[in-house]
Amino acid sequence: MENQIVIEAEGLTKKYGAQTAVNHLNLQVQEGEVFGFLGPNGAGKTTTLLMFLGLTEPTSGKVKILGFDPAREPFRIKEKVSFLPENVGFYEDMDARQNLRFIARLNRIPDRISEKRIEQWLELVGLSKEAGKKVGTYSKGMRQRLGIAEVMLKEPKIIFLDEPTIGLDPDGTNWMLDLIHSLSREKKITTFLSSHLLDQVQRICDRVGIMIKGNLVAVGPIEELAKKKLGVDAKDYTLEEIYMTYFKEA
Amino acid sequence: MEDHFSSTRFLLISALIVMVGVIITSMVGMAIQEELKGMAKPTLVFLLLFTATGKLFSFVQFIGFFGPLIGIFLGFDSINRERVSRTLTKLLSQPIYRDSVINGKFFSGVIIIGIVLVAIVLLISGLGIRLIGVVPGVEEVWRLIIYVLISLLYISFWLGVAILFSVIFRSTATSALASLALWIFFSFFVGLGAGFLADAIAPVSQSQTYIDPEVLIKHERIQRVVSLFSPMTLYSEATNTILDPLRKTTRGLILMGPLERLSISRFQNPLPLEESILIVIPHLLSIVAITFLCFGICYLIFMRQEIRTI
Repeated sequence: MENQIVIEAEGLTKKYGAQTAVNHLNLQVQEGEVFGFLGPNGAGKTTTLLMFLGLTEPTSGKVKILGFDPAREPFRIKEKVSFLPENVGFYEDMDARQNLRFIARLNRIPDRISEKRIEQWLELVGLSKEAGKKVGTYSKGMRQRLGIAEVMLKEPKIIFLDEPTIGLDPDGTNWMLDLIHSLSREKKITTFLSSHLLDQVQRICDRVGIMIKGNLVAVGPIEELAKKKLGVDAKDYTLEEIYMTYFKEA
Repeated sequence: MEDHFSSTRFLLISALIVMVGVIITSMVGMAIQEELKGMAKPTLVFLLLFTATGKLFSFVQFIGFFGPLIGIFLGFDSINRERVSRTLTKLLSQPIYRDSVINGKFFSGVIIIGIVLVAIVLLISGLGIRLIGVVPGVEEVWRLIIYVLISLLYISFWLGVAILFSVIFRSTATSALASLALWIFFSFFVGLGAGFLADAIAPVSQSQTYIDPEVLIKHERIQRVVSLFSPMTLYSEATNTILDPLRKTTRGLILMGPLERLSISRFQNPLPLEESILIVIPHLLSIVAITFLCFGICYLIFMRQEIRTI
């Protein structure tokens, strides 16, 4: 292994009352990897993300993000890690620039640096023309683009994306996936995305993890899982087939 | 966190307050002018601008009554609006401490309230100087400053209440209604309830020719103790004493001790500032205590709340 492990979970468990949202999760993700975190709605994907970021405390188990424990040193992690929540919200009565500037300030990025970065990212996500409009008037696709710009603003080492393509049109989805892919390749950003849209994950992820009812039932590169589960070697499998086999078992 | 200034809501509140301020000053100012005619050397007239009732109500009464609304308007949706617009999770995943969110909400509100209060007091003073032609002395200025501070605390208490509800309830409408309900409860019902309770425990009937003084005193005591549970009573007693140097106690006439009564009838001199302050210190401490208590509870709940409960 030449690459460093940047996300590490060991026996990670989260209980909400009697309900177990995440059950003994063991997981490792390497630097520069695009990891797809799959599972049906309510499987505990978002809860896991929140624990990785130190936004929720695990009931038991250990997490190390970039070598830091999110429950104890959330600050260290939040400086280097970005999170794009599902259906990210913005301050509706501010325009795109103001929203980005606010987040940049919270990250203590000096204004003269953040001004450049903001313009650069607005250009990259294709919002330069609309940047002066209030975010309240933005479409879903534009919001998601703005979300990506916001996430990249602090030049993170890891980005966590929660259902990044949900609600986007096919065009927007493609654009988003290409962007995630190129970011991870060019800038060596580790990407951890949760989704239940399987064909998309298949397109860009190096490895996937399948989570069902709080249990991580499979981890590995897609081809490997296909071989193991379906016994097929050729290219004529889809992630959906693999996923459904696991899903029926659970 | 710095979004208060630009909001329409803030504009509305300020406009309302300025309007009321102007109306009150002109009303009270005229009344004072009438009264002052023929008086040789009135003392501390300037403060009358704030305490005199004129035709409707005084400025102090107005703030005591409607001040809470400013606090509630500024705070009722502070946390749950961030939840509804889904910005809270995003905010918390930035490298900031969780408490700085709630501190920011509270203290930015306090600053706004402070600015509004100072602006109105200056406005009334300015208009008042023109109207009655009396310039405030050093002591009067000090009393006004203390008055502004007490009001700031009082309104901040209500801001704290509103933020607390916005942390507890997820819907902004619920938190607004809850804060308003509490405001109505303390402003109207505690006063009423105090009367009822006092009547029930120590009945004093108006028709009787002879009233047992002990029962009367008991009646008044109960009423007073109960009504002190209302922040509004605390506030109005404190500010009236601070702004009206002739008041030497916060207690009503019946409850005064013989010495206090004697001193009132004998010495019509205004109290020095320090002594006015001494009288209201318990009130002040209570207001400070409930404000901090409220903010503290709010803080604790917010810090422990699960993010997931969106």
